[in-house]
Amino acid sequence: MALKIVKGSIDRMFDKNLQDLVRGIRNHKEDEAKYISTCIDEIKQELKQDNIAVKANAVCKLTYLQMLGYDVSWAAFNIVEVMSSSKFTYKRIGYLAASQCFHESTDVIMLTTNQIRKDLSSPNQYDTGVALTGLSCFVTPDLARDLANDIMTLMSHTKPYIRKKAVLIMYKVFLKYPESLRPAFPRLKEKLEDPDPGVQSAAVNVICELARRNPKNYLSLAPLFFKLMTSSTNNWVLIKIIKLFGALTPLEPRLGKKLIEPLTNLIHSTSAMSLLYECVNTVIAVLISLSSGMPNHSASIQLCVQKLRILIEDSDQNLKYLGLLAMSKILKTHPKSVQSHKDLILQCLDDKDESIRLRALDLLYGMVSKKNLMEIVKKLMLHVDKAEGTTYRDELLTKIIDICSQSNYQYITNFEWYISILVELTRLEGTRHGHLIASQMLDVAIRVKAIRVFAVAQMATLLDNAHLLTGNMQRNGICEVLYAAAWICGEFSEHLENPMQTLEAMLRPKVATLPGHIQAVYVQNAAKLFATILKSQEGNTDSTAAQDTSQLMIDRLPLFVQSANLEVQERASCILQLVKYIQKLQQKDVEVAEEVNALFAGELNPVAPKAQKKVPVPEGLDLDAWINEPPSESESEDEQPKAIFAKEEPKHSRPRHTEVDEKELARRREARKQEQANNPFYIKASPSSQKVYQDAPGVEHIPVVQIDLSVPLKVPGLPMSDQYVKLEEERRQKERAEKKKKEKKKRKEKRSGRGKKHDSGPESEEDITPAHQVDIVTEEMPENALPSDDDDKDPNDPHKALDIDLDKPLADSEKLPVRSHRAAEAAKSPAEDGETENATSLEPKKKSSKEKREKKKEKDRDRKKSKEEKKKKKHKHEEKEEDLLGGQADEPAVQSEETSEVAAPPTSTSAEVSDLDFWLSNAPVPSNTQEAATVAAAAAAEAPEPPAGTVPDSEPDEPKDAEMEETKSSKHKKKKQKKEKEEKEKKKKKKHHHHHHHSDGGGEESVQNGTVEEEEPLPPMSNYCLLAENSYIKMVYDIQGNLQDGSQVVVSVIFENKCDSFLKSMEFNVLDSLNSKLQRPEGSGPHDGLTVPFQLPPGVSNEARFVFTVQSIVMPQKLKGTLTFIVKNEDSSTHEKLDFKLHFTCTSYLITTPCYSDAFAKLLESGDLKGSSVRLEGVNMPFHHLLARICFHHHFSIVERIDSCASMYSRSIQGHHVCLLVKTSGQTVSIDAKCDEPTLLGNVLDEIKQTFSQC
Amino acid sequence: MIKAILIFNNHGKPRLIRFYQYFAEDMQQQIIRETFHLVSKRDDNVCNFLEGGSLIGGSDYKLIYRHYATLYFVFCVDSSESELGILDLIQVFVETLDKCFENVCELDLIFHMDRVHYILQEVVMGGMVLETNMNEIVAQVEVQNRMEKSEGGLSAAPARAVSAVKNMNLPEIPRNINIGDINIKVPSLSPF
Repeated sequence: MALKIVKGSIDRMFDKNLQDLVRGIRNHKEDEAKYISTCIDEIKQELKQDNIAVKANAVCKLTYLQMLGYDVSWAAFNIVEVMSSSKFTYKRIGYLAASQCFHESTDVIMLTTNQIRKDLSSPNQYDTGVALTGLSCFVTPDLARDLANDIMTLMSHTKPYIRKKAVLIMYKVFLKYPESLRPAFPRLKEKLEDPDPGVQSAAVNVICELARRNPKNYLSLAPLFFKLMTSSTNNWVLIKIIKLFGALTPLEPRLGKKLIEPLTNLIHSTSAMSLLYECVNTVIAVLISLSSGMPNHSASIQLCVQKLRILIEDSDQNLKYLGLLAMSKILKTHPKSVQSHKDLILQCLDDKDESIRLRALDLLYGMVSKKNLMEIVKKLMLHVDKAEGTTYRDELLTKIIDICSQSNYQYITNFEWYISILVELTRLEGTRHGHLIASQMLDVAIRVKAIRVFAVAQMATLLDNAHLLTGNMQRNGICEVLYAAAWICGEFSEHLENPMQTLEAMLRPKVATLPGHIQAVYVQNAAKLFATILKSQEGNTDSTAAQDTSQLMIDRLPLFVQSANLEVQERASCILQLVKYIQKLQQKDVEVAEEVNALFAGELNPVAPKAQKKVPVPEGLDLDAWINEPPSESESEDEQPKAIFAKEEPKHSRPRHTEVDEKELARRREARKQEQANNPFYIKASPSSQKVYQDAPGVEHIPVVQIDLSVPLKVPGLPMSDQYVKLEEERRQKERAEKKKKEKKKRKEKRSGRGKKHDSGPESEEDITPAHQVDIVTEEMPENALPSDDDDKDPNDPHKALDIDLDKPLADSEKLPVRSHRAAEAAKSPAEDGETENATSLEPKKKSSKEKREKKKEKDRDRKKSKEEKKKKKHKHEEKEEDLLGGQADEPAVQSEETSEVAAPPTSTSAEVSDLDFWLSNAPVPSNTQEAATVAAAAAAEAPEPPAGTVPDSEPDEPKDAEMEETKSSKHKKKKQKKEKEEKEKKKKKKHHHHHHHSDGGGEESVQNGTVEEEEPLPPMSNYCLLAENSYIKMVYDIQGNLQDGSQVVVSVIFENKCDSFLKSMEFNVLDSLNSKLQRPEGSGPHDGLTVPFQLPPGVSNEARFVFTVQSIVMPQKLKGTLTFIVKNEDSSTHEKLDFKLHFTCTSYLITTPCYSDAFAKLLESGDLKGSSVRLEGVNMPFHHLLARICFHHHFSIVERIDSCASMYSRSIQGHHVCLLVKTSGQTVSIDAKCDEPTLLGNVLDEIKQTFSQC
Repeated sequence: MIKAILIFNNHGKPRLIRFYQYFAEDMQQQIIRETFHLVSKRDDNVCNFLEGGSLIGGSDYKLIYRHYATLYFVFCVDSSESELGILDLIQVFVETLDKCFENVCELDLIFHMDRVHYILQEVVMGGMVLETNMNEIVAQVEVQNRMEKSEGGLSAAPARAVSAVKNMNLPEIPRNINIGDINIKVPSLSPF
């Protein structure tokens, strides 16, 4: 036995590893496939061994072979084995292999669920990381459902490395298991403000990806993203956010207005091209969304176009490409501003880089006018001749047609020119776009009546020279043109100069080599031509000519009668018989022309492509109603419904054929073969259609000559389009001279001449009148057509399932499936997430969770049995709880709050929407700097949002609960979990209130338990107070505590440039005190200033944040500081400075923290708090205003309000509890307060007093 | 989203393929061929963006690539990615490879495809950008490599010795991929 092991390990030494495999493959270049197949055999042997190291090595080699294109799915089970190895080395190999070759239909995936769950909860963060990475590649709906909860837990992992991976993978989970989106979304949203920039970036990434597909559900996040945009310095995040805004603005034009200013600032200040480019892109999106509403954004457009011009002129091809790409977006709404850069764009057409030429082509579309169309198209035609690749040439071709045909041929003044351009295009070798040219020819010939004579002449020449188009097999795509040519010649045959010649051309034997649908058109139109010729010939005295024509038809048509194409055959034989009959009549000297012509009388009108779809359903017709009795229910399912209409699908009728059994079929087949063999007329071995006609009498003698020309021939008789350019020039000159003479008269004529054409060309172009009196017939639409119907979304789009309203509060039923104790426990304690960065406090919990896992197995069995029962119990339990708590219970409180909120906003249905409305309506004119400041203030007021795992005040009982839970049943946990969720919900709402508190919202929040009452809106409030001001600059500031770090406060300063000069190199410095210090970057001295990360153009304001560390927070204090900056004029720049005093109030150390009334009561009962009170006299404002002010200015939250009495709560960054009881009677307000730190309390009360003495 | 990351050499031989959407093996090879065909015919001084081939999703997807010495690094992305950002990301990725392999060259990618995958996993996950800071990426890769080494312990020693002997006769091919030779002017995004 021992020997075996030793032998195994020695064997292993000489197993091929990956490097050996690669080397071997490289050494067997000649017989690579053979070598690899022997390697695969070896691998199969290795996989059979027990040693996991050998297996891992084999799997590693398979991964390499997979890259070379070998299917390795047969080893899927072995891969799973390697994945489940306890060693990281092998695990990693297994997951890599799985991520490369597993997919949704790999059946072993379902075996991996538990392994992955185990790895996700591994104490080693790299095991978890590897599992997450692997899972991101092969997650299936089942895995997503089973693991969603585990992954959600990981989103709050202590290690940012895991957090960011967990956040990213959530996107994949949402895609596969859309139900998880709503329960997981709040936490995902929290991660937007994660302290780790990598996690934050991942969250932005995921939300942007989600929002891109269903933007309307994410509109309510706009304020949050706006804040991130103004505060983040990470360009990756900024780019994502700015791209996201680009997707949101079309839905909410007001958002666009708000965005323009910060984006323009970024455009001015950033040095990163990628960011600049995305900003320009989003500004363009904004401008597009505003184009209808706001008239005056020319400055922004100019800025964009100007910046793009710089990009296009850059020598870097990448920037050039992107510049053109963005330019084409502007083109759609603001063509004029792009047109001024025509020179640049035409220049790009000559670029050596094909990608750039293609982008420039896109732009040309908007560059053309009546004046320059011919010139531009001429240039493009030159390119067509020169172009080497077919793709580029095809692109050119479509562009030429696009440009010319745009908005109903608006820019074409001379259709003869256009037809000749189309004819010239037919000489393109190997193009795929024959049908495009053909449809243009048809369209023009049908809709422009005046051009028909010319078009018919051209088409006749084309038909005459058809061999040029069809001769070369490579040119086959182009023969579609003949379809159009034949139809035009037939339909408008009265315009033909020499119809006989054309008829001859259409009946040439060579025609039989064309595709069937074209032959069919040839045959049909030959008949039309025939009719026309008869008519002209019958007038003559010589009747033989007419008879000759009939004879020609009779001679040539049999060729088509033998065609393999049914359509051709049918038409040909019909017409042949008709002509034979006519010939008979002709021989009797009967006049037939009239009757024959009647066959093709009447004009065909163009019909709009959507016309059929738009026919309105007549009243009283129900398309869904049964016409006959529906089949009765009792009928078995597999029975096919009887065909009512002929259009029944073929598969329906197939079953009937199969009734004949196999034997019978074989017998019949045999009989048929026998019959065929004996039949001398049966042609065996299926000859092709060509052979059929060659066998036909009279045709085989005609030699088929292939003319293979590499140089396009100048087709005799075809005019070159260039001539027209010259002619047109002359015509225009003449016209101009004429026009001067009879100015007024002309204008009237022109109007009428334009007919139904769109009237939108620039004014200068109106001077050019079309050469022909063009009558463009518009396409027919049914009467009272329905309004335009947009194309529906692709029903297969996986993102459709993610179109979920995220603002609705979570319902009880919406929980991620919880499969184990551990997960449930982890999910319910966000406290653990945010707070426990230190591993020590994590330790005991981990232990407990381990124990639980052990217990879980036993419990699982029990649980299965009593699952149903428990559900019921849980329900009861909850009900009881509500009853017990009565008016004091938190749940009813939440509910009443919710209802009051829904009731409060008068128009909108949900509170969130109204929040957004409010946020958006805040700054109607973004260019106004004063307004902008308040916008920034609004954004900044959001800052103190309690971050991720804020611990609610009920925290003190938490540990106790956790211990008890060990023994208690899971129902309690469930309940807690729910409570937690509700708390979060509530918090979320509060967040939203905060940022708009400065004008209203207090009314809603102040009512917690009381009745919903009509309360007047609040006056605007702002926490920003003046820091310092001089003639150049104004600074306002606000201080907020940082909950994540008890020793930090964040000072947000808005700098506003008041002068006409550029302010730059701003440096912010503060003289530190013992207690408070400005946080400076590592390596800088204690007296160095901080550079403000932006510059200020005139009239612009921007916000910067500075972090201070404080030790004691019980006393207010002041810090002296200086701002130095450079004022830059056009000619000079001066150094300026401004002194200021930062006032740190005690209030600024408080953080709005929600608290429930029961927890509040416990806190007061605990006796740890010391009391104090204050009376305010002469307060002349409604009670809810008073409360809102305390909430807003002093960071309190309302616990409960009953009539004219309210309890409020707040917490300092160092964890001091501050409780207030506010009572009002008349104009006197008394505040009784309790706090565990009397000095702090005293100062806070003083500050509250001061707030109300000011108003 | 990134749909696929392909690395192949000047002859179209794949050196690393990473699809973030499932394609069968033969389809993957066709996509590589098609992409190689599209990319290889472009001069070095033209722009680094082009529309995706028909197999990988047509013009909804962009191919963003960089060409370093003998290797093409091609990222196939949709419209939610910033073009210049991805160019930067490729640069970050290659520089990371350079750091991890000490002067990376094509041979490193040939013989250590698995390690290249592990590095890539720290940059892009499931088609989304995970990390852009090179130092962070290198640090995570190194920690994991150290773990692998420590796990190997004594038992892996003989295998290592054998592979060292085997590696002695590696063909001597100049080891330099020279990152700096095509200096595409894209101002770097500031790392976080």
